[in-house]
Amino acid sequence: MKQKRKAFSGIGQLIIPLVALSLLILFNLFRDPGFFSIGVAVNSSGNKVLSGNLISVIDSASELAIISMGMTLVTAACGGQDISVGAVGSIAGAVFVKVLLGASSINGGIVVLGIIACCLATIAFKLFNGALVAVFRIQPMIATLILYSCGRSIAYWISGSATPQLNSPIISAMGMTIPGIPVPTPIFAVILVGLLLALLFKLTNTSLYTQTVGINQGAARLNGINPILIKLLSFVILGVCVAVAAVIGVCRMGNLSHKTLLVDIEMDAILAVAIGGNNLGGGKFRISGSILGAYIIQMLTTTLYAMNVPPVNVKAYKAVVIVIIVVAGSPVVKSKVTAMWNRLRSGGSTAAVQKGVRG
Amino acid sequence: MQNDAVLTMRGICKRFPGTMALNHVDFTLRKGEIHALMGENGAGKSTLIKVLDAQNAGISTVYQEITLCPNLTVAENMFIGRDPGKSVHWKEYEKRAAAILDGLGIPARPRQELSRCSLAVQQMVAIARAVDMKCKVLILDEPTSSLDEKEVEMLFKLMRDLRARGVGIIFVTHFLEQVYEVSDRITVLRNGELVGEYAVADLPQVELVAKMMGKDLNDLADLEQVGQKSLGGQEVVYDARGLSSSESRPFDFSIRCGEVNGFTGLLGSGRSESVRAVFGADRVTGGKVQIKGKTVKISKPHDAMTHGIGYLPEDRKRDGIIADLSVRENIILALQVMKGFFHPMSRSQMEKFADEYIQALQIKTASQDTPIKSLSGGNQQKVILARWLLTHPDYLILDEPTRGIDVGTKLEIQKLVLKLAEENMSVTFISSEIEEMLRVCSRLIVMRDRKIVGELSGDDLTQGHVMKTIAGGEQ
Ligand SMILES: Nc1ncnc2c1ncn2[C@@H]1O[C@H](COP(=O)(O)OP(=O)(O)OP(=O)(O)O)[C@@H](O)[C@H]1O
Ligand SMILES: [Mg+2]
Repeated sequence: MKQKRKAFSGIGQLIIPLVALSLLILFNLFRDPGFFSIGVAVNSSGNKVLSGNLISVIDSASELAIISMGMTLVTAACGGQDISVGAVGSIAGAVFVKVLLGASSINGGIVVLGIIACCLATIAFKLFNGALVAVFRIQPMIATLILYSCGRSIAYWISGSATPQLNSPIISAMGMTIPGIPVPTPIFAVILVGLLLALLFKLTNTSLYTQTVGINQGAARLNGINPILIKLLSFVILGVCVAVAAVIGVCRMGNLSHKTLLVDIEMDAILAVAIGGNNLGGGKFRISGSILGAYIIQMLTTTLYAMNVPPVNVKAYKAVVIVIIVVAGSPVVKSKVTAMWNRLRSGGSTAAVQKGVRG
Repeated sequence: MQNDAVLTMRGICKRFPGTMALNHVDFTLRKGEIHALMGENGAGKSTLIKVLDAQNAGISTVYQEITLCPNLTVAENMFIGRDPGKSVHWKEYEKRAAAILDGLGIPARPRQELSRCSLAVQQMVAIARAVDMKCKVLILDEPTSSLDEKEVEMLFKLMRDLRARGVGIIFVTHFLEQVYEVSDRITVLRNGELVGEYAVADLPQVELVAKMMGKDLNDLADLEQVGQKSLGGQEVVYDARGLSSSESRPFDFSIRCGEVNGFTGLLGSGRSESVRAVFGADRVTGGKVQIKGKTVKISKPHDAMTHGIGYLPEDRKRDGIIADLSVRENIILALQVMKGFFHPMSRSQMEKFADEYIQALQIKTASQDTPIKSLSGGNQQKVILARWLLTHPDYLILDEPTRGIDVGTKLEIQKLVLKLAEENMSVTFISSEIEEMLRVCSRLIVMRDRKIVGELSGDDLTQGHVMKTIAGGEQ
């Protein structure tokens, strides 16, 4: 009994997103039993690949899932969100493309160099954000508003033209599929980033320190933790996530469009964190929740498109569903449900209080 | 008698996951009485009060953990949320606040930001807020835990006035003398169950303790035996010359190996600020510090920790607990930080440490995974104490370690401090209870107006001497 409750409380935060995801899946199965069928198709570059709605959902949620992981850490440590991830992602894409086009031909070495340059650029920008937040104690949203509004101009200024093209088998292998492997490459990128984070949590105290700083910064300091470093670390990790997402985005399209690369992803990432049951005010967090959140958002989008909802309306429907999920996970609803559950279980214990007539 | 009751509760039950906090408890509060609610840590006192308070209407409560807004002013905190619907006249409220503060002798200005006030003043403000509301029932959950005698006297006078006006008062405290000083009746809880209701005159102090702890009177005798005081060895563990911080004036201070000393003084005399300077908790602005004869620089808590210093802060809620983290994480936190960022402890190691200290300090918790915020106040305090004991410091600073801790455990902690000193740990002990300090400290440093004004040891360590030095009587 006790053991059971322990396990239960461990995933408590994930219950709502899991239920939401199951409902979405059930809804789709009911609507179209073939919705989740997976087939094998031959893509434009002549590779045999898995195809179907499920694969498409998981594939196209990759960038969002990766950025949500970083966003979770920033949220936990700083108690606020970074709204510049899309714009900085566009800068990252521009840097990546610049490096690649600077070389005479695109080969493995130059791609690695491009990725490194891209990471360095995002880390630099995120350290700037992080310093504003951690050292100058500026609200994260305000601190990142600056790059949110000018990031895409910087990207344009770096790339120097509207849509530089990248034509190379390496690029399409990274953005779509590697010949011989039927699963889209971005999915492996999500797994890789997830594993790296898991390794980081295993080998260091990142998780404990981040939660401590997010819950009570003053007490964290009195226990010897440096809150500034922890907040900066969260921004650096987010920076790397943004770089990886940007590279995937560029490779997927085969070109750089500074206006549309990772556009609006900040809002979806924040939502993914919230849907995952994480407190947007910082503190305790669960990366797996945010990843689930990312897939829920993508599943919702795909479902709506599959139902032939006009693109302009998709956002509105999405908003409604997301409000429902977030409200269902809110502390008010949670405590109500818990109280009801307790009452059911204890079979209605007696409690009577009277206030005296006089007084 | 019965129709005199302002409040009657019958068969109250409250269950939390893993604990039955209240099990069929009856409680009656009569008009114009001060009713003490007694019990060990985790007995269910605060829970009973929360259940009561949910009945609203005419009940005004001062909670154990201060629930004011630190970034509002004192006046705003006193009047916010009153008279909803009416327009707010802050000018007038500030005047009224000033009058109330004056009347209660609270050393705060209406326009002062609450976070700039000491914990004791914050507690007084919370009380002022509650008593100013026109209420029939006033609930005070450990209101005196960080007050000095003077403030306590003032509070008691106020309580007696209210009683004369027919207000029913519920008073929770772990100070037995205070119970006997002001209360008329006592209700005792143990492990969430009602032990009984008694008139104060019918229940001698020893019996009250026995009822609270569920022990026989004989068992208590050996509890009273706190060990021998420790004078310490010769080696000076910590020595500071002209140490100053943003919150404290320069002072000299040293402690020897195995010594237990203490800072005493009135509220706001700077005793907490001094030890904060030692630990690097506030910005250190000057001074020379030596640890075991070697000059070191301590500018932040981490420096102090690496030099073997531990610090249990005065304000548990603000500086101590990491509310949402589990009891286990709260216990191992400081040790984990000392081990370093790249050396996380294994889960089993954490569990072992947590278990060990939950046992040793008898922390009442449903499990290690329970978030610390759902423990009772006294048990939260034990967790923070466990956190620092686990780091095995050479020098441990305890600022109000027994705040909110029940009588039995208080003695246990005093014993523990003396035992640690015997094992060569140096301890600085601060408490607003002078008797407690006299019992454990072999040297007392007396502060007034943020300056050290005297030092007492040996035969000078009597309540009279201490009071005289504190008050400013020349020696
Ligand atoms: N929110 C909660 N969730 C789970 N358990 C709780 C919660 N609040 C209280 N408890 C448990 O209920 C019991 C009674 O707690 P309560 O705070 O009433 O004790 P108390 O008598 O006020 O003790 P203290 O003297 O330490 O303040 C404790 O075992 C505590 O762990
Ligand atoms: Mg309590």
